Amino acid sequence: MIAIIDYGMGNLRSLENALGRLGAEFEVTSDPSVILSADRVVLPGVGNAGKAVDNLQERGLVDVIKSVRRPVLGICVGMQVLCLSSEEAPGKEGLGIFDTRVRRFPATSSDKVPHMGWNTLSNMEGKLLNGLPQNPWFYFVHSYYASTCTDTVATCSYAGIMFSAVLRYENFYGTQFHPEKSGDAGEAILKNFLEL
Amino acid sequence: MLAKRIIPCLDVKEGKVVKGINFLGLQEVGDAVELGRRYALDGADELVFLDITATREGRGTFASLVGRIADVINIPFTVGGGIRTLDDASLLLDSGADKITINSAAVYNPDIIGDIASKYGSQFVVVAIDAATGDDGLWHVTTHGGSVRTDKELFSWAREAEERGAGEILFTSMDHDGTRNGYPCGVYAALWDRLGIPVIASGGAGGVEDIAEVLTAGRADAALAASIFHYGNYTVREVKTRLKELEIPVRL
Repeated sequence: MIAIIDYGMGNLRSLENALGRLGAEFEVTSDPSVILSADRVVLPGVGNAGKAVDNLQERGLVDVIKSVRRPVLGICVGMQVLCLSSEEAPGKEGLGIFDTRVRRFPATSSDKVPHMGWNTLSNMEGKLLNGLPQNPWFYFVHSYYASTCTDTVATCSYAGIMFSAVLRYENFYGTQFHPEKSGDAGEAILKNFLEL
Repeated sequence: MLAKRIIPCLDVKEGKVVKGINFLGLQEVGDAVELGRRYALDGADELVFLDITATREGRGTFASLVGRIADVINIPFTVGGGIRTLDDASLLLDSGADKITINSAAVYNPDIIGDIASKYGSQFVVVAIDAATGDDGLWHVTTHGGSVRTDKELFSWAREAEERGAGEILFTSMDHDGTRNGYPCGVYAALWDRLGIPVIASGGAGGVEDIAEVLTAGRADAALAASIFHYGNYTVREVKTRLKELEIPVRL
């Protein structure tokens, strides 16, 4: 069973649909005991990273998530809160699983912020990205990015910056893009996550 | 590299996809869910479903269809037509839409842009603008399928929509829509330069060269098209293959 963490950060319907299409059983929950006993945990998230951390704290989920030993997948803002900090939430600490900080894209004359649409991955390594074509396309919507670090297992480039598209530390994984909205490539990632 | 997006638009009436010429003479072309699924498989980057009868006939939104679309489509999709309130938008979000597009409601009640954006984020709000040139040479914003001309001007309204929280602007020239004569690329480029958010071109594509031109000379981030796909003149994949040959970055 997969626990999808519900902490008031955006709509979960498309993620539920995507996991449903893969035939996976899931439960949308904020119950620590359900999260700790799940085979897989997904931490989604759309919106403000500071609010995301606050919502996790209010629900007493920060230490719960840190103590999960089964595979965890953070998506978009769900990935960003697993980093050390974010420029979107000055002075606030993230969960600090991934050894990197989240910064805002600079607006340039040719690149608008947010980075929105389909972009390609490079420098891919590890099981989560198994079986994908070279430089696969994924759907991104974000104004902040995680800098590359030792936990980076795939990169993407926008506005002249190469950033972390996928992060991994031990049993924790994070994707900046939305696998649930990324067509066949996204489905392949979710399937890999279920089979880790 | 960020891809230019190709977005088939499906105008929906009672669950069926229709496309009119200059919004007149509607013709039925197929089931909305099935057509959407086919386009997604064929390489569409996003889909737009517009309930075209909603504004004109005061119909409500089409949430149950949106739910069925969300069950089967694994790429982002936008829905619109007849959204007047935050509650209308909430219902569509809950049904599984990734974005909503508002047109007339935003013109007559601009506060709705901020209301929806502040609750669900700017990425959820696409402001659609239909405009036509007037005798004075300016682009006048129109509503209700082009039948009502307002006192708003295209560029200032687009800027205002962005400032109020729109995440993208979908601009249709009513002078070009359905004519298959191409897009007004100079207007698109001017719009792109004035805005900090993406611009989606819509209405007028007769062939791939038109789309290529609006994505390069017109600087548009995405092109939305209906007729050239629905009537089988081109598949989405053929369009994208040709764009790639022209060295336009597309997801293939």
